[in-house]
Amino acid sequence: MYEAFFFLFALAAVGFAVNLVLQNHPIHSALSLIGVMASLASLYLMLGAEFIAAVQVIVYAGAIMVLFVFVIMLLNAGEEERTNFSRLAGTLGVPLILVLLASIASIVYRIAPSDEMVRFGDFHGRTADIGRMLFRTYLLPFEIVSILILVALVGAVVLARKES
Amino acid sequence: MIPLSYYLVLSAILFCLGVAGFLLQRNIVTIFMSVELMLNAVNLSFVALSYHFRLLDGQIFVFFVMVVAAAEAAVGLGIIIAVFRNRESLNVDRMNLIKW
Amino acid sequence: MTTTVLLFTLLKVIVIVFVVLTAVAYAVWFERKVVARLQSRWGPTRVGPHGLLQPLADAIKLLTKEDITPANVFRLVYFLAPALSVITALLAFAAIPFGPVTLVGGVDLFQIANLDIGVLYILSISSMGVYGIALAGWSSNSKYALLGGLRSSAQMISYALAAGLSLVGVLLLSGSLNLRDIVNAQAGATWGFIPHWNIFPQLLGFFCFLTAAIAQTNRLPFDLPEAESELVAGYHTEYSSMKFAMFFMAEYANMLTVSCMVTLLFLGGWHGPVFGPALLQTMLPLLWFSLKVLALLFLYIWIRGTLPRFRYDQLMAFGWKFLFPLALVNVLLTSLIVAYRAD
Repeated sequence: MYEAFFFLFALAAVGFAVNLVLQNHPIHSALSLIGVMASLASLYLMLGAEFIAAVQVIVYAGAIMVLFVFVIMLLNAGEEERTNFSRLAGTLGVPLILVLLASIASIVYRIAPSDEMVRFGDFHGRTADIGRMLFRTYLLPFEIVSILILVALVGAVVLARKES
Repeated sequence: MIPLSYYLVLSAILFCLGVAGFLLQRNIVTIFMSVELMLNAVNLSFVALSYHFRLLDGQIFVFFVMVVAAAEAAVGLGIIIAVFRNRESLNVDRMNLIKW
Repeated sequence: MTTTVLLFTLLKVIVIVFVVLTAVAYAVWFERKVVARLQSRWGPTRVGPHGLLQPLADAIKLLTKEDITPANVFRLVYFLAPALSVITALLAFAAIPFGPVTLVGGVDLFQIANLDIGVLYILSISSMGVYGIALAGWSSNSKYALLGGLRSSAQMISYALAAGLSLVGVLLLSGSLNLRDIVNAQAGATWGFIPHWNIFPQLLGFFCFLTAAIAQTNRLPFDLPEAESELVAGYHTEYSSMKFAMFFMAEYANMLTVSCMVTLLFLGGWHGPVFGPALLQTMLPLLWFSLKVLALLFLYIWIRGTLPRFRYDQLMAFGWKFLFPLALVNVLLTSLIVAYRAD
């Protein structure tokens, strides 16, 4: 059952990701990305990261992607014609990506311990423990990241404001 | 039961698809979404390795990546709206001037 | 997982979906009746006694109406949007406990899944609900629908923040994200008659959450995404027949979810006086739970019948400049009290 779920969500994630790359209307790409994120959230649950799974759906799928969909709707730009499509990207990029994938996969197979099996329920990342770590061990990064997000907030307001 | 390496390879596949989208797409919003896909792929390997070492640090790193992605999305989409106001297009090939 | 447990769980899911859909149908009847009384009318009276069969008649009417698909819609997304709304609205009920743990054959009768992150789960599912509305607005290819969709996505993101923040106080007090633990932390009473409900220490949080939740479910006075006087019907202008009914169902199911959430988090869930024989003792918590949900639904409808609609800029200003800071103040106060008590 567990294996079936892994392959279901893994295939869904890859399928949606392929769809994202191939679609030429941004809203379809956005929907595919939401699908990828939902599948990944399910995979996180299997890896015992339930807090991260919930945050993935709330922050990524529920806030960031809504922002994307909102902007696509607001600009309401139709399908983009592929003007002077970069031939370099097609001819050189795709083979290089395949090389990258092959090298990553070979390294993973060489380094990753083959006896390590992921069993559902083996490891349970409880939310309280994550919170404790976040506010003790990682307090400084947390504060820095909150300043970062404040800067981003101000930046976004300045950028999106209409010049009067 | 699934070997850990499956998760890592899945993450690699998603990352490469993100790179492909970044290179092949011409629409700036979709390019931006490909970047998000790459971030998501990296997050998956963080969570998988967090499981492997039975440590929560990986999950906390994912949390930080999400915050940075949110900040990036806010600023990036602000820039996209500003560019669209001036150029009336989302095609990156049309954005060939730094100043107009 | 044995086959019997699987079968029992499946049966439970079916029963709960059935109950929720019936409750949704009767929530519509209840609303029409209450609003009518608030306006000195009778409401539905023709079909059945007190119009009790009206939901059935409505369902038959909606199902048999002609299903019109406008010519220039984006088909895939147009068909996907209503399904998405209903699915996200119904999924939330998977984590809601309706009563105390009652095991039959190793299966808890009154809850589908007891999640450790129950609150976060419901928040995340309800944050997905915005897609149904936004995509419906966009794919209809109509200016009214698009404006409704845009308004709703901006409104729901803004108010989701305030709703999430106003729950932090409750979470701080109970120290858990599990809905069952949160309810159990509210058991008992001071001096025998003041129940330990979170609404008393969290009055501010309660009002913030209720207001934000009303805005998130697009109900009056925050129903700008479907404001009739300016947007025809907002995001579902171009939908007819069953697809329209699905948006309708989703809206009322969301109302029910919010009422259940408020009951669980602030009103002590199923806790109430329990007495009598064994069977009555198992049924009474369910009764208390339903009564509290019903009271909240009445409050919802009462607000709808009383308040006029906000203007859109007022709505945004209210959310960001008033509700959000208020929820932050609530978090600050609660955490100070919790820290003081921990010393």
